[in-house]
Amino acid sequence: MNLNDLLNSQGEWLRCTGPNSDIVMSSRVRLARNLSKYPFAHWASKKEQLEILSVAKEAVSSSKKIKTSFCLDIGKLDSIDRQFLVERHLMSKEHAVDAENKGLCISDREIVSIMINEEDHLRIQVMKSGFDLRDAWHIINDIDNEIGAILQYAYSLDFGYLTACPTNTGTGMRASVMVHLPSLVITKQIDKVLQAITKLSLTARGLYGEGTEASGNFFQISNQVSLGHTEEDIIDNIERIIKQIIDHEHSARESLMSQNKNMLSDRIWRAYGTLKSAYIITSNETIDLLSIVRLGVDLDLIKELDRAIVSELFIITQPAHLQKLEKKKLNPNERDVKRAAIIREKLGENKGK
Amino acid sequence: MQCDICGNNAATVHLTEIIDDKMTELHLCEECAQKKGAQMESHFGLADLLAGLADLGGQFTKTQKETKIKCPRCGLTYEDFKKIGRLGCGECYSAFREALLPLLKRIHGSTQHYGKSPAKKAAKAAKAVKTTMARNELQELKEKLQKAIQIEEFEEAAKLRDRIRDLEKRKKK
Repeated sequence: MNLNDLLNSQGEWLRCTGPNSDIVMSSRVRLARNLSKYPFAHWASKKEQLEILSVAKEAVSSSKKIKTSFCLDIGKLDSIDRQFLVERHLMSKEHAVDAENKGLCISDREIVSIMINEEDHLRIQVMKSGFDLRDAWHIINDIDNEIGAILQYAYSLDFGYLTACPTNTGTGMRASVMVHLPSLVITKQIDKVLQAITKLSLTARGLYGEGTEASGNFFQISNQVSLGHTEEDIIDNIERIIKQIIDHEHSARESLMSQNKNMLSDRIWRAYGTLKSAYIITSNETIDLLSIVRLGVDLDLIKELDRAIVSELFIITQPAHLQKLEKKKLNPNERDVKRAAIIREKLGENKGK
Repeated sequence: MQCDICGNNAATVHLTEIIDDKMTELHLCEECAQKKGAQMESHFGLADLLAGLADLGGQFTKTQKETKIKCPRCGLTYEDFKKIGRLGCGECYSAFREALLPLLKRIHGSTQHYGKSPAKKAAKAAKAVKTTMARNELQELKEKLQKAIQIEEFEEAAKLRDRIRDLEKRKKK
């Protein structure tokens, strides 16, 4: 398996099969870990960074829990490949910048990915389809135990796992759920929901994590606090709140369907129509329209379309994916044309289903 | 309007700076703005937000000759931490402990870890700190018990109560 094979495969989390997958796209847990022997990645010398990279890669590849993984040297990849990995949520935007001595290990079906020498020596991530934080936690806990038995982590009894930034100290855990909340946005209740979330020590971010804006009605909701509670309690807390958000979105969908069905159908079918017939389309417009079409599929208004195809389109219409599919660099105008062609093709294929 | 810095190009970027309560307006051309922008960047950002918080360790900064303290292991100073918002190594947590305690409290509302621990290391360290560990576990169980009662999980609550009793008995011995 190598990087180019990813293009023709689909990550586990894109299957749209997990619990509540009409609203929850994916559940993700990540752990920040550092090796006690070395300074944190940003403060380490080039030589130390290289050592960390090779020690960490070795530990990961000896793992039995991580199946058929492969590791990449980010510094050796071109900018399109790096962006490609960011678009697939396998690594952070930050990991793509100043990529010297940075590594990334990816497992079978892209469930596990491990960034090496990001802000912390190891950033282990497990991503699952639908609302399934608990399963993600069990998987990552096993992997962490396994790697933790090989590598000596920086850990203290009072502060827990020691991380480069004090915002991650303690469990080093960030558990996040990507939710699609179009009806709460349409009915203008979203601000209230997001405000309530921050009061409960959770944060909401955009599609691509820290510092990205919410687009296509997607929100990534995660814990703010990592110290002072057990991992299970943190996950419990998020789960409970997400369940309420799911209920809110469901009831907003129901009320739209009962009171504004024509308005809603109009928006959904126009979005679908635009996607099926456009010859030039930007990435932002695509995300916004796909979001509405997805709502149409979830509400069973568009019966001919499979949710997984909509999810796939979210990913393969991103700039780096388009360029990998086309096997050459494309300028933004060329991308808009290629994007429209791919969407027409994918939605056309689906006809008569 | 001409650029305030080079005076040659047309000003297209307009900045308002507030320094010591004094407001100054700057009108810059693209090029000068970018140079200025580099300076601005170091003014705002996560590092500074954190550093703002880090200053809350007021006691520390007053009594311990401020930022001169260096981590004996990696050489990072507290001043460095305030600038970049990142610590240098695990040892920094001991070196800057007094300053980090109020910071962690502010970020997390707590300064005590309750989650998992690495198996190997915990076993090694366990002897020396057994009592504190037991106390922590006890506290954690008690919190869980409260929660279980709140959500009316009485079966779970009963189990927790028994474990707490066990622990307390062991401690007395």
